[in-house]
Amino acid sequence: MPINYYIFLSVCLFSIGIVGVLTRRNAIIIFMCIELMLNAVNLLLVAFSRMHHAAAYALDNSTLVGSEAQIFVFFIMVVAAAEVTVGLAIIVMLYRNIHSVDINFLNRLKH
Amino acid sequence: MSITEILFWVLSTAAIVAALLVIFSKNPVHSVLWLIVVFFAISGHYVLLNAQFLAIVNMIVYAGAIMVLFLFVIMLMNMNADQEPTKSKWMKIAGVISGGSLTLLLIAALKYNTATTGGEEAGIGLIQQLGKTLFNEYVVPFEISSVLFLSAMVGAVVLGKKEKNIVNSDIANQ
Amino acid sequence: MNGMIKYGYLIPLLPLIGFLINGLGRNFLSKKISSTIGSGVLILSFVCSLLVFNQVTKPGFNTQVLFLFDFIKTAGLDIPFALQFDQLSALFLLIITGIGSLIHIYSAAYMHEETEQHYARYFAYLNLFVFFMLILVLGSSYVTMFIGWEGVGLSSYLLIGYWFSNNNYNNAAKKAFVMNRIGDLGFLLAIFWMLSQFGVITYTGVFAEASTMPLSAITGITLLLFIGAMGKSAQIPLYTWLPDAMAGPTPVSALIHAATMVTAGIYMIARSNIMFSLAPVSQNLVAIIGIATALLAATIALKQNDIKKVLAYSTVSQLGLMFLALGVGSYTAGVFHVMTHAFFKALLFLGAGSVIHAMHHEQDIYKMGGLRKKLPITHITFLIGCLAIAGIPPFAGFFSKDEILTAALEKNVVYYLLGLLTSLMTAFYMFRMYFLTFHGNFRGTEEQYHHVHESPAAMTMPLMVLALLSIVGGWVGIPTVFAEDAHRLSSFLAPVFTGVHHEAKAEHLSHSLELSLMAGVVVLIIVSIFAAKSMFAKEGLTAEKSSSFGKLLENKWYVDELYDKIIVQPINHIASFFSRIIDNKIIDATVNGVGKLVQFSSRQMRLLQSGQVGSYVLIMVVSIIIFFIFQMFWKI
Repeated sequence: MPINYYIFLSVCLFSIGIVGVLTRRNAIIIFMCIELMLNAVNLLLVAFSRMHHAAAYALDNSTLVGSEAQIFVFFIMVVAAAEVTVGLAIIVMLYRNIHSVDINFLNRLKH
Repeated sequence: MSITEILFWVLSTAAIVAALLVIFSKNPVHSVLWLIVVFFAISGHYVLLNAQFLAIVNMIVYAGAIMVLFLFVIMLMNMNADQEPTKSKWMKIAGVISGGSLTLLLIAALKYNTATTGGEEAGIGLIQQLGKTLFNEYVVPFEISSVLFLSAMVGAVVLGKKEKNIVNSDIANQ
Repeated sequence: MNGMIKYGYLIPLLPLIGFLINGLGRNFLSKKISSTIGSGVLILSFVCSLLVFNQVTKPGFNTQVLFLFDFIKTAGLDIPFALQFDQLSALFLLIITGIGSLIHIYSAAYMHEETEQHYARYFAYLNLFVFFMLILVLGSSYVTMFIGWEGVGLSSYLLIGYWFSNNNYNNAAKKAFVMNRIGDLGFLLAIFWMLSQFGVITYTGVFAEASTMPLSAITGITLLLFIGAMGKSAQIPLYTWLPDAMAGPTPVSALIHAATMVTAGIYMIARSNIMFSLAPVSQNLVAIIGIATALLAATIALKQNDIKKVLAYSTVSQLGLMFLALGVGSYTAGVFHVMTHAFFKALLFLGAGSVIHAMHHEQDIYKMGGLRKKLPITHITFLIGCLAIAGIPPFAGFFSKDEILTAALEKNVVYYLLGLLTSLMTAFYMFRMYFLTFHGNFRGTEEQYHHVHESPAAMTMPLMVLALLSIVGGWVGIPTVFAEDAHRLSSFLAPVFTGVHHEAKAEHLSHSLELSLMAGVVVLIIVSIFAAKSMFAKEGLTAEKSSSFGKLLENKWYVDELYDKIIVQPINHIASFFSRIIDNKIIDATVNGVGKLVQFSSRQMRLLQSGQVGSYVLIMVVSIIIFFIFQMFWKI
């Protein structure tokens, strides 16, 4: 599979995530779009890992090149899980306070 | 066209369509469900790339735990399509245009690659191999990430609890 | 390094300690303690100076330099902070600490009306002055001298403006400070020139190489040094600050503006005698300026009615005579006159202070008269001072003034005649003041006359000591006419004034001519004294009506007004122009404009911050796109 295909796929998913962040006002949907973007990046990392590994393997069949990228993806998932926990807790608290998850109400930064 | 390629195209189409549906669904619950589809498609890609461990973890953590959490929160809030006021048209158009141009730009910038992902490999995506790397070279970050989880957990509890106190004091005041 | 000189740093250190104690403790110290500390450190310092002097007078003594610390040390520039002990500095040490001690004791009584706080402040300033003056004469390089030079300028400023609640006094202090700055600039430039020319700045280093340097450089350096001396020693054209400096307390006038600080210029030129001897142009200029100042100041003093102003102009005139001596190459005579002048001028100022004290701060001599019965000690000592300054043998002034006149005659007969004229005028105006003050009838009010009283012992004791010195002080320099090798000061100072021996001295006058000239001068002086007596010792004298020339003298040749017109006012005009136009309209407008621009633009920019997260993200994405476009198509 040419690496370009994976790049394009990841770019598409990432951009869809961005469009979602830009066009939606529901905080939970925006949050989900962020998860989508994270996954697009993960996919690309794994694809690059495979690409580099294959190139290195042709020269040395005991190489472990590329496993770092997969560890990286693993850690991204860890961070994403923690982030979702805190983020959702914030959103729940927000909903309790203002009974809405509309980010247009969240313009307190202005003041 | 080999079976790998067929699977690639099928999974890619599924991922993009599902992703689009995530952002265009009116109902948040539908969005969550379509996002789960995206994650499954991505897990499929991981399998195609010989990253079996990540495929499983992705399914368990994202599609399983995280998305269920989302679903749970949405249902807790009892949200539905009518609740969300739509953004202004101008903002929507601007968002779509900028997103689209970003896609075009990135594709235009990155299209001159010739490398492929095919070929022989030593099974680095297998759980045994990754486990060795993780616990030999990355054991400190691994332990630190456990601290991160702990603090995230405490943070979530604190955020939830504080609110309760305020509500209680509000009630007490009334 | 041996003997007392090893501890020579104590001499300036003691007054510094006194300054710190009195300055820091002025709120807690009683008058008794602060005057004891102030005078005590000076007396200790005087004792140290005596020991040093004793060592310096021993036969076979060579100049000793006491290194204290490095002042500036960089590549190619090494300025040590060191004290130099030789015949010249030892002599000045004795003058400064000796007269300083007497004046400190005198001040303790004179200033008794001040409150504790100001009393301690006075002594702190006075000690600070002595400290800097000692640094000035003890320094082993021009830079160290300059430190002292600036320091005495500062303490002089502080003491002139001691009664700071009077605005006139503040103006006098400012005038003294600014005028001194003009001279100091010359001195500073001379230091820079010397540094670039010689690479060293210590006396030994500079003088060793002076003879190898081009004449133009030496002339330039000496002229700049002389400008410095002009400022400090009140010579034309920078003399006008000294009469105004009489605003300070009278003991301050005695110490700073008569005995010590104003002679710093003489000291500097005497110290640099090797360079001045190499530059005849500068020497002639020194002589001309000196004699011109002496004459001008003497004419002004003829018509002044303020007792301190007369003494101030007399000081300027005597300083002019000293510069004449330096200019004609007789450095010994100049330093000799510094010494004797320090005695009798300090005596006269302190005597005037005693009179002013008795008269409750009345300084106009036309309001005095007949005080000799009321103030017997002051009267006698004042008379001795007047005789000494007039140059009647065997008082101190006679010997030093005669030596200057002889040296002037050897150089140029015009100098001699002008110097003689100055001496005659000196005798006249001093005795005019004396007769107006102590003879005739009292011209003040009845009540004032009642309150006139002799000063306390703390004030009369220094007067008596100084009177004794004014009598015997000249005997260290008896000219060869009377006794062979009796001029002990000359042989004492000979090692310092090596510059004189470079040029063959002009032929000496024959002894008979010298004696007859001396006698003639004395007779003329006595005549002018009697002229003053016949004019001013009368009963029932009132303030004179002046002729037009008298008016000119009374108004000091209108020099102050001239300076005001040609220097002060144009500068004021320029300054107000700058303050009104440049500062207000341009600089302030620019600064305010920048502030307003920032305020305005931030008010506009604030609108961008909508607080909407969505718009922030949109801007972010657009920026990323622009960034990518640049990256790809412009290849930055």
